[in-house]
Amino acid sequence: MSKLNILTKGFFKENPVLVLVLGTCPTLAVTTSVKNALGMGLATTFVLLMSNALISLLKNVIPDKVRIPSFIVIIATFVSMIDLLIQGFAPALASSLGIFIPLIVVNCIVLGRAEAFASKNTVGDSILDGIGMGIGFTIALTIIGSIREILGSGSFLDHKFIQGDGILIFVLAPGAFLVFGFTVALVRYLQSKKKAKAEN
Amino acid sequence: MAKKESTLTQLVITLTLIALLAGVALAGVYSLTKDPIEAAQLQKKKDAINKVLPGFQGELKDYTCTVDGDKDPVTVSLAYQDDQLCGAAIETYTNKAFSGRFDIMVGLDAEGKVLGTAILKHSETPGLGAKIEDEGSHFIQQFKGMNPAETPLKVKKDGGEVDAITAATISSRAFCDAVNRAVAAYNKVKEENHE
Repeated sequence: MSKLNILTKGFFKENPVLVLVLGTCPTLAVTTSVKNALGMGLATTFVLLMSNALISLLKNVIPDKVRIPSFIVIIATFVSMIDLLIQGFAPALASSLGIFIPLIVVNCIVLGRAEAFASKNTVGDSILDGIGMGIGFTIALTIIGSIREILGSGSFLDHKFIQGDGILIFVLAPGAFLVFGFTVALVRYLQSKKKAKAEN
Repeated sequence: MAKKESTLTQLVITLTLIALLAGVALAGVYSLTKDPIEAAQLQKKKDAINKVLPGFQGELKDYTCTVDGDKDPVTVSLAYQDDQLCGAAIETYTNKAFSGRFDIMVGLDAEGKVLGTAILKHSETPGLGAKIEDEGSHFIQQFKGMNPAETPLKVKKDGGEVDAITAATISSRAFCDAVNRAVAAYNKVKEENHE
């Protein structure tokens, strides 16, 4: 696999949210606005990048039997760091993302990439994989967040373009499932079309 | 480099080292962010106090007090201007909200009249209960000048004075509950301090 391929496969082909369907809990919970989606995506990208890099550095030092606890400790450390940093330097973001930053620890994308990629590949490749997957996660969150904010609040990045409320259900939990479902369906449809084209 | 074997000593050494390094790294970040986090929280509180006690320049004295029948305490900051009690900013809460608890800051003058309110934290339904956030709305404005010490605040549905938010009676009731709690706490602190 070429370096470019490792980086870009997370964007769409193996998008963690829309294709691998990992990390759906934060996806459904924080995508009420584009701002939250971007903040969560970038925080997760940072954690993915750092944990992938460190885990692939340490992959030969960590005995197999304790690899999962070691990975979790490393991931939890980076998540706590970014939680403290956001609270200290971006308090507004901290109050809107709230509990979901600490919950990056249990985001299965992070542990999934550590186990499936970083523990078997070189440091450089793991960093690329982390960045790619992080950007893929951010793209998916931003798409869902945009749809929900535009339909639900009638605004984009907090700039309102209608009077009053939007279609409120899109800001609430059922709207999250609806938009998520339709986005996954659309991506699957596009992929199957591309596959059919390649076969003919 | 060959992969480390999974002997007991290896396992113990690796995990101890990783946990130790993680601890050191976290301690570093914690000491780096401790002051900004405290400053941010203080700033948030200051902004809220400025909103509920407009134009106040004097000194604040903090007390915590638990209103009879409650589990959690509220923070009452008595406001002194030239050593004269001129009101209070009270960090109060309610557990009767539609989704869990919400925290508001209430400003009172010396007699216990409401000067202003500010939402600190809530998780009410967007578009319905979340309208308590809208500071220009009739619902928030109507509290100004009310004195809950004489008659506890109630929404009109319950026979009170307060116009509830359309389709958000529970949130409106909860808001009244929080303001009433603030006034009760204020009177209690005032009594205890013989002001």
